[in-house]
Amino acid sequence: MSGKRNIGDVILRCDNISLSFGGVRALTNISVDVREHEVMAIIGPNGAGKSSMLNVINGVYHPQEGTVTYRGQTRRAMKPHETARQGIARTFQNIALFKGMSVLDNIMTGRYTKMKRNFLWQALYWGPNLKEEIEHREVCERVIDFLQIENIRKTPVGRLPYGLQKRVELGRALAAEPDLLLLDEPMAGMNVEEKEDMCRFILDVNDEFGTTIVLIEHDMGVVMDISDRVAVLDYGKKIADGPPEEVRANQDVIDAYLGVAH
Amino acid sequence: MLYREAGQFKTSYQKDQAIFPIRQDRIAVWALLLAVFIAVPLLADDYWLGSIITPLLVLSLAAIGLNILTGYAGQLSLGTAGFMAVGAFAAYNLNIRVPELPLIVDFLLAGVFAAMVGMVFGLPSLRIKGFYLAVATLAAQFFIEWVFTHVGWFTNYSSSGVISAPPMHILGMTIDTAVEKYLLTLSVVAVLALGAKNMVRSRIGRSWMAVRDKDISAEVIGVPLLSTKLSAFGISSFYCGVAGALWTYCYLGTVEPAAFDLNRSFQVLFMIIIGGVGSILGSFLGAGFIVLLPILLNNIAAMIGHGTLQADTMANLEHIIFGGLIIFFLIVEPHGLARLWQIAKEKLRLWPFPY
Repeated sequence: MSGKRNIGDVILRCDNISLSFGGVRALTNISVDVREHEVMAIIGPNGAGKSSMLNVINGVYHPQEGTVTYRGQTRRAMKPHETARQGIARTFQNIALFKGMSVLDNIMTGRYTKMKRNFLWQALYWGPNLKEEIEHREVCERVIDFLQIENIRKTPVGRLPYGLQKRVELGRALAAEPDLLLLDEPMAGMNVEEKEDMCRFILDVNDEFGTTIVLIEHDMGVVMDISDRVAVLDYGKKIADGPPEEVRANQDVIDAYLGVAH
Repeated sequence: MLYREAGQFKTSYQKDQAIFPIRQDRIAVWALLLAVFIAVPLLADDYWLGSIITPLLVLSLAAIGLNILTGYAGQLSLGTAGFMAVGAFAAYNLNIRVPELPLIVDFLLAGVFAAMVGMVFGLPSLRIKGFYLAVATLAAQFFIEWVFTHVGWFTNYSSSGVISAPPMHILGMTIDTAVEKYLLTLSVVAVLALGAKNMVRSRIGRSWMAVRDKDISAEVIGVPLLSTKLSAFGISSFYCGVAGALWTYCYLGTVEPAAFDLNRSFQVLFMIIIGGVGSILGSFLGAGFIVLLPILLNNIAAMIGHGTLQADTMANLEHIIFGGLIIFFLIVEPHGLARLWQIAKEKLRLWPFPY
């Protein structure tokens, strides 16, 4: 698998990130690199700061110290909608779909940054705007086809079962054609079959579109199987970073997960 | 049995994205348009046209405006009547101060002024949500009413504080009969309703609904929250502003700021709650319900109760039944008449089979 993809240069570099909420230190001096086209997993016990890390990367949280460098651009504070324009997309741990909208509309919303016509054209829904809607519909239909959700494209997402909602959320992120895809527990609460499907989609996305993926996951089997590199967080600090086999053998990681005898 | 879509294959995305993808619906809509543009002016008398149908259409337009803001973008507002007042007074002032402008341009500019005011009062929406935002828009309502009552310039220093709409001319034609006013209102409402429908099924409408349903993931997708909320306030107020101008010119003729008081805001809010929050069709159904039902009750009461009950008892009974019906419909379908209509259509597609 890894033979086909060329893992390239560093696409995202986090330098000495520290983030605290009041007196609570969520992240302490974390430095992580993500290379182009790789699948990187962030793991760690509950409350280790994994989701905070993703929130820093896509601009939801602004770290007090440290910088994020994405494609040569260094920043500390940037709004999420600006990082979205740079090509970073993500999914959420708790499904954050637009409940009142159909699957298709949810995925079409993922195309937001790519559409250009202003609201006056949209009020006419004619000419250039119609052309634009149809072009983007075609892209969305490819995503729908890829995720095999053709039969539910007009269904309001609130009516779908959990596993499918997770898939639609992945579709919404994919519709933006991101370079960097952040997945926050894409397999939480799924059964084995759904997990296998989701793994296949993640690997296919990585393989076919060359999308760089950073994912948070608790299922160690999945993490060890699909990721090229694993970073381990514990109490807001990075305790290990490397290929899965190496991380699995790391004494600090074992201690963090199993506890240490005192 | 007649309402079947079997055999109607959609072969392009354009056809799939049409407002009425089913042929029977398209026929029905064209028939409805013919009816309201030709049959209604021929059949209805001046009382019905001028005092019931025209205000009903204008209130539908205001309801569309509020539905864009509250139903689609999820920003609760009680300033509807205030924004209508801005439109009414802007159209009046444009008309008397810049008489060269054509009437339709006056109406559109009145909407633009209302949009600007709406966007100013929409600024707090970035920080406050829900009921708290409703209170902030309530401030807009009272402030606007106060300004038009106390600043004489807006009423052209009329001693009574009342403005009278000047005679209307479009392309050399004078518009003064009830039928002409009805047709003008209907045309404006039809065009703007189509525009609203188009917007809510395009990028801007999706961004509104995204902000309504989950603002955090909307922002992560690339939807900037402030400008999206402000666009909803602006476009919503544009619709309310045009409605206010039509209310003055085509319905009342003479208007004082008190015509756009808080009760009017509540009336429009009830229309969208009963008609369907987040539905253009619901705006019309809700306006119809609120405007027509009291008249219907009144007529029924006059038929049955004539002579048996005292007039004031009758009036109270009407209010009780009206309130009871509102509660009944909200319990039967909290998503409003538009959802009932949608369910009925889905059932009709299968009828006479249960599924």
